[in-house]
Amino acid sequence: MPVGITILLAFQLIGEIIAYALQGVVPGPVIGMTLIFLTLSLLKGRLPGFEAATMTTSRVLLANLGVLFVPAGVGIIQHLDLLARRGPALLAVILVSTLATLIVTVFTFLATKRLMGMREHD
Amino acid sequence: MTDTLSRGLWVYLSTSPLLWLAGTLSVWLGALALARLRPRNPLFNPVLISVVVIAMVLVAGGIRYETYFSGAQFIHFLLGPATVALGVPLYEKLSLVKANLLPMLAALAAGSITAIGSTVLLCHLFGFSPVVTASLAPKSTTAAVAMAISEGLHGDAALTAAVVILTGICGAIIVTPLMNSLGIRDYSARGFAVGLASHGIGTARAYAVDPVAGLFSGLAMGLNAILTALIVHLFL
Repeated sequence: MPVGITILLAFQLIGEIIAYALQGVVPGPVIGMTLIFLTLSLLKGRLPGFEAATMTTSRVLLANLGVLFVPAGVGIIQHLDLLARRGPALLAVILVSTLATLIVTVFTFLATKRLMGMREHD
Repeated sequence: MTDTLSRGLWVYLSTSPLLWLAGTLSVWLGALALARLRPRNPLFNPVLISVVVIAMVLVAGGIRYETYFSGAQFIHFLLGPATVALGVPLYEKLSLVKANLLPMLAALAAGSITAIGSTVLLCHLFGFSPVVTASLAPKSTTAAVAMAISEGLHGDAALTAAVVILTGICGAIIVTPLMNSLGIRDYSARGFAVGLASHGIGTARAYAVDPVAGLFSGLAMGLNAILTALIVHLFL
């Protein structure tokens, strides 16, 4: 666990440095994510300790992903005035665009799969 | 006597990070237990329950968000390494990813454009200010990324954070009934859609439903974070 979290933080740090150099076009953690994927793919298991530590910690973090959003979510109390004034409109934007995004994404995925003659994954 | 003592203790504890860190984790565990009682009911979402309970405690107790965040920031900070961690399942399931590469890229492009475009369009229709519109535009991406994008667009990062969570909860609640009513049983497609629209909260929901859905949801979340960061300014 300490090794794994150090690896993830180091990749985030490298990502942040590159993001700074790119003047914030792509956020640091996303660059870190891409780099850790590339590193693991290039190593192909040649550093088993590195790979195992990274995987164990990643699994723990991803299995508890939901709780990480709670502090930011509670921030809604800073916007109770906006919610009181424009609450229904705000919620309508969120609901309609989320619904549209889900439908467009899932049908594009399935349509492309069908065009390629792939079987649906049940 | 005990009254002044307990009030003194409350004043002391409510300003310390310890209470809010321990409190957030305790509420989360309670919400998780509650959600597991009703695994088929998407309204029993642990993020939604936790946010509502903690928000009510803060409002009722007159606690400022900054005070709460002084403790909760330690949890919030882990969003960064958790985003990095998304690269790991991508590596582990590379063959599954390669086999679905084209459907993923097509769905990514269509979904990302729909997410940003529909949000900006609806904001104009409802007459929201440019600051609110910029804050809402990246709302389908994961919190850390959306806040960074919002700042770059001169939006309000705190508003973005709140809207990102609402979007996540919204998608996590509607995805299962929506996909079932559309008769879609392909869990790679379902997972990809919810991860793209509702980032980590959708991904947490997808993992609760099906491991393949969880994997594709995590992928969509990572890819959409990259694509949204690259194209969002074209819509504003």
